[in-house]
Amino acid sequence: MTRLLDVTDLRVAFPTSDGVVRAVRGLSFTVDRGKTLAIVGESGSGKTVSTQAILGLTPDADIEGTALFEGVDLLKLDHEQLRRIRGAEISVVFQDPLTSLHPLYKVGWQIEELIRVHRPDESRASARRRAVELLGLVGIPRPERRVDDYPHQFSGGMRQRAMIAMALALNPKLIVADEPTTALDATVQAQILELIARVQAEFDIALILITHDLGVVADIADEVMVMYAGLAVERADRRTLYYRPHHPYTKGLLESIPGSSGARGGRLRPIPGSPPSLIAIPQGCAFHPRCPYVMPVCPAELPPLARVTGGGEHASACWLPHEAVGLGTAAEAIRLQAKEA
Amino acid sequence: MTLTEIRPDVVTGKTIAGRSPWQLAWARVRTDKVALVSGVIVVLLGLLAVAAPLVAAWTGHDPDEQFRDTGVTAEGLPVAPNGEFWFGTDRLGRDLFIRVLYGARVSLLVGVVATGVAALVGVVIGMLAGYYGGVIDTILSRLMDVVLSFPYLIFAIAVVSVAGPSLSATIGVISFYSWAAIARVVRGQTLSLKEREYIEAARSIGASDRRIMFVDILPNLLAPVIVLTTLLIPAAIVFESTLSFLGLGIVPPTPSWGNLLSEAQGFYRVAYWYLGFPAVTLLITTLAFNLLGDGIRDAIDPRMERLFSRRRRRRVKG
Amino acid sequence: MLLEVDQLVKHFPITSGAVIKHTIGQVRAVDGVSLRVAAGETLGLVGETGCGKSTLARCIAGLYPTTSGKVAFDGADITNLSRKRMRPYRRDIQVIFQDPYGSLNPRRRIGSIIADPLVVHGVSGGVALRRTVQELMERVGLNPEHYNRFPAEFSGGQRQRIGVARALALRPRLIICDEPVSALDVSIQAQILNLLKDLQDEFGLTYLFIAHDLSVVRHVSDRIAVMYLGKIVEMDTAAAVHDSPRHPYTNALLSATPVADPDEAERRSRVILTGDVPSPIDPPSGCRFHPRCPQAQALCAQEEPALGTYACHFPLRRAS
Repeated sequence: MTRLLDVTDLRVAFPTSDGVVRAVRGLSFTVDRGKTLAIVGESGSGKTVSTQAILGLTPDADIEGTALFEGVDLLKLDHEQLRRIRGAEISVVFQDPLTSLHPLYKVGWQIEELIRVHRPDESRASARRRAVELLGLVGIPRPERRVDDYPHQFSGGMRQRAMIAMALALNPKLIVADEPTTALDATVQAQILELIARVQAEFDIALILITHDLGVVADIADEVMVMYAGLAVERADRRTLYYRPHHPYTKGLLESIPGSSGARGGRLRPIPGSPPSLIAIPQGCAFHPRCPYVMPVCPAELPPLARVTGGGEHASACWLPHEAVGLGTAAEAIRLQAKEA
Repeated sequence: MTLTEIRPDVVTGKTIAGRSPWQLAWARVRTDKVALVSGVIVVLLGLLAVAAPLVAAWTGHDPDEQFRDTGVTAEGLPVAPNGEFWFGTDRLGRDLFIRVLYGARVSLLVGVVATGVAALVGVVIGMLAGYYGGVIDTILSRLMDVVLSFPYLIFAIAVVSVAGPSLSATIGVISFYSWAAIARVVRGQTLSLKEREYIEAARSIGASDRRIMFVDILPNLLAPVIVLTTLLIPAAIVFESTLSFLGLGIVPPTPSWGNLLSEAQGFYRVAYWYLGFPAVTLLITTLAFNLLGDGIRDAIDPRMERLFSRRRRRRVKG
Repeated sequence: MLLEVDQLVKHFPITSGAVIKHTIGQVRAVDGVSLRVAAGETLGLVGETGCGKSTLARCIAGLYPTTSGKVAFDGADITNLSRKRMRPYRRDIQVIFQDPYGSLNPRRRIGSIIADPLVVHGVSGGVALRRTVQELMERVGLNPEHYNRFPAEFSGGQRQRIGVARALALRPRLIICDEPVSALDVSIQAQILNLLKDLQDEFGLTYLFIAHDLSVVRHVSDRIAVMYLGKIVEMDTAAAVHDSPRHPYTNALLSATPVADPDEAERRSRVILTGDVPSPIDPPSGCRFHPRCPQAQALCAQEEPALGTYACHFPLRRAS
């Protein structure tokens, strides 16, 4: 089957002394084999927590919903079963390789250990060969020498390549990359993104790319999902999202990024206010306090993620008419008309 | 610019009142039972010490008053605790409870004053050393090293042989030791604070070194200094007790826990209370201050969450 | 010309030895930079880690002493002035810092932080001071009633506004913005960028705007200077640098800068550089970019090109 990951109504909450933090409030999405889903959101949108919860990396959380990976519900597995899947079937690339690679062990050794933990029958020599092969695959020059180096002997870009090598070690079907290039310089970022795309195509690996940067996504995503305050507010394929957005938050983001499809010439139009605290989420549609098109229904009822015109899988969680897609004046007219009504 | 841009919190409606760093610390301390109990004990001790003369007047027993008839047994030994003498008496028939209370006055006075003086000197010197660096730092640091490696007892003996044992000599010796410990810590903190961007910002405004040290650096030193001082007070108290025990600090008839312990040495077999009560009081005081200091440190700067989180497994419903 | 920088050099010595330190090398953070900023304009300074842009900014602001070179403000030489002589210029040159969490003293109330420049220069005091501070707070979009709160009680964007208010307090003429929006969420970045633009119009400010994101710099700047390894490799109008770069590094940087527009992303020439950003301790000979340059030739390793609007022996053709 081509459907690799099927998440339905995921809810993640953290009880704290100040109240319950509802980080994810009913998220559903799918990822197909070999495809790239980009999850985009700002701080507090829930984009990181959602995948962490699915992979069992949030021990203190209350989790509801289902997350079917090749038919198996990851949320129902116990610690040991999850551990076997993590690293082998699904691997993760984190933002800062300086903190996710162990500083006191050689890089090659860390890769070897990963291999041998999941494949106890593999010999030491064979695991080492594979580690060298992987380092070469990700573009690290002279891998047979560098395999014995420590993480601090690598530059930032090299470390991220090493992390990707680790992620590939056991031939995963899905890679979750959480802000993999945020800490890197632009030219290095371009190298890493190009590497990820190449590796993905070569090994037919599905990719979930989590980022706040709509620029990074414009290049490599097949499908984009925008999150706000713990929910998906819009989901579409790449071109549709950038040129025919429906949700006012997506549109607002595009209008506030210099150089983007929405911010052509002159002044940026920022979204007023700031994202809400996840302890006190506004009623109904969480975006309504900041929305320029807010209608009476918005604070009252939470809009469902529903299909929107334009075909394909374009969906948006907004009470505005389905025809109000796009950045042009026609769409704007429809929105304003709906608001006045 | 619309109003919503100008007043972001107005847009989201609820103004979530923030809490200042001190309010947060207080909230944390309030949940720490150990720190609270210790704090209560410290306060109680302080009150009792201050009220010692009142207690003496109320019971009618002066600290130096020798009760030859009721306070001493036929063999001339101290009397065990009873209705009249709550802690029993000492070798001269004096009310031990009153003497212990008065001893508390001495201990707390010395502890607080000596540490206070040391803190003042230590903060200034430590800040200067850390902020200016270079030659000034080298000189001051070596000074701190010398002071910290001093053999204290010998120094105390020397001072006492010249000036005679007294309250001020004791305070002087203890302050002289403690300031270096505080200065070391303050210097380290200042060194790291110096590199913060807000210090750079202050320099870019044109603030003078003195202003930067006292307006920008000092408030950030308060928290660690408070913790350190709270933890140094019991050390000072024990130090004073040691000196008094050896006859180098407070000498009889003025009671101090140290000299009480010294006197009690010869009587512990027949009068357990003579050694016991001063010792236990000293122990409780020291423990209370230490635990309070720990609690304050955890409240101001909580680091590691509990090592073993209560809920290790995810809870999945439905 | 409000600001003139002439062959500015800043080297940091690398010392070794425990007791007696001796110098074993230099970090050549800024290695000969000249630029001019006219009153009222915004010069964008862009580059990656290690290019020296932050060091350059701090040298201009008088926070680091220079190794050699000259900085002139409104005609007066302010290079390496003593604390006392530099003081009056501090009213005219202010800095907005990058880190909204580190550039404000966490133990001071924000009213006090914003009032700092006014107090240090003895401009105001008492009730008038409070009123001035509250006016500043309103001007940058903060609620003036929050005068007595601590920085921790504000969001990143609000803290950056506090930093802007502090920089604005003395009505400076030049503000050096050191990556003022890099640490903020996307939707907040736009608010701050608009705020800076409005303030520039209202108060006639001149900006030296430093960032690593070429799209942001293009949006705010009149002219752009691109830095690489301690030197400026291209400096021209914003449109020229962004839309038709002449230097291969600028082109690579442009290509690498993510742009939120799939068509535009595809349209851009794809230049992936090899290797990492080299260290400023031992820069390459000749043109510093030659080891990574896709079109380097023999001459590039031998001779360093001079800077006109670009510093390259074989510049890219101007796009028509």
